[in-house]
Amino acid sequence: MSPQQPLPATSIAPARTAPATGAPRKAVALISGGLDSMLAAKVMLEQGIHVEGINFYTGFCVEGHTHAIRNHEHAKPKRNNALWTAEQLGIKLHIIEVIEEYKDVVINPKHGYGANLNPCLDCKGFMVRKAREWMEKNGFDFIITGEVLGQRPMSQRRDTMPVVARESGAFDRLLRPLCAKLLPATLPEREGWVDRNKLLDFNGRSRKPQMALAAKYGFKDYAQPAGGCCFLTNEQYSHKLADLWSTRGSKQYEFDDIMLLKVGRHLRPRPHFKLIVGRDEGENNFLEGYRKRFVHLYATSHEGPLVLIDGTVNEDDLALAARLTARFGKGRDTESVTLTVADIQGNSRELRVAPMPANEIPPEWYL
Amino acid sequence: MSHFVLDARHLLCPMPVIRAQNRIAELAPGDTLEVHATDPGALHDIPAWCRVHGHEIVSVAHVDKEVSITLRVGGTA
Repeated sequence: MSPQQPLPATSIAPARTAPATGAPRKAVALISGGLDSMLAAKVMLEQGIHVEGINFYTGFCVEGHTHAIRNHEHAKPKRNNALWTAEQLGIKLHIIEVIEEYKDVVINPKHGYGANLNPCLDCKGFMVRKAREWMEKNGFDFIITGEVLGQRPMSQRRDTMPVVARESGAFDRLLRPLCAKLLPATLPEREGWVDRNKLLDFNGRSRKPQMALAAKYGFKDYAQPAGGCCFLTNEQYSHKLADLWSTRGSKQYEFDDIMLLKVGRHLRPRPHFKLIVGRDEGENNFLEGYRKRFVHLYATSHEGPLVLIDGTVNEDDLALAARLTARFGKGRDTESVTLTVADIQGNSRELRVAPMPANEIPPEWYL
Repeated sequence: MSHFVLDARHLLCPMPVIRAQNRIAELAPGDTLEVHATDPGALHDIPAWCRVHGHEIVSVAHVDKEVSITLRVGGTA
């Protein structure tokens, strides 16, 4: 099907085929916490549409966890940008946890990955599908997103936007207010629920039209995630996830796996084990919650990190791990550091080692 | 009207607010829910979520590393 052709009419039958007299049509808006989705929702509110927001928690979201864990983030006021956006717009926000369902998107993306392990096209299709299910369950009429034609290399192209509409099952009930004038008319436009003439024709990667519209609406303080809201777009994070899959021999993960990939310095000195090294007090506190599930080490003669060992280790491996643990603590320049090593049964013992000099750590050990 | 307690300790944001949201969906207007969390982000997220959904924050406490937020369910979940 040509992208210029209108999408087929939706086969779904929302509970609310006709609103009560005088009641507005209802749209569910995908709210990321960024500017574009905020503007798209505002454009609909300006047309008298009842809008409620939906936000999905996949486990890979940048905000939230990293703010909670790292010390340096504590100085900044913590805020959930999606909730903040909803407050600015005066709309409800429904936050949906999709951790388990999302695994298939990450592990088996039909349309492949982007520059890193980001399955953006599959992800957008998944989220619009979940929004479509929510729309049907709650008697809403259509879905809106903040997508802009040509803004993203995978999911926001002229040829992939219809793919999202089709594979999500939303079809012509998916409206992109910020670029709708460049796309075939959707059901809300054809039915006159919204005025197509008041929709927009944003195109390309420039942010100037969005910033101008934000100024028009009086939005001064907004997040600019620009693809940075998902860890899967991060090269280093993707490298760690690829390492996890390759060393385990299968493309699977649990929630704790992807959490731990966000935290600490990861080193793989041997193929059969890696170290997760806390970088500050916040990360050490976070890793404390996992110490009963991993062999772990920490210095007792000096301040230093808590280090988890992911894998099975022998005595030589433990000695190496201890030298590395000493390297990342305050005893790094001393002749010897005393450490405690504890196993998952709770048995612990002392080790005394010479810290490994920085120049003896091959760069390829760092993930 | 009943009082309920939700243990959201050791969960990182946004999980405490998601757990609170899902629990509130099962409660009746006027019920109260006392949420315990250890991520200080809950101090911001749960009241923000309550504001957009029309629920009332009854009390907020932050003692040591634990956050306790009590809210009253509004007219709609």
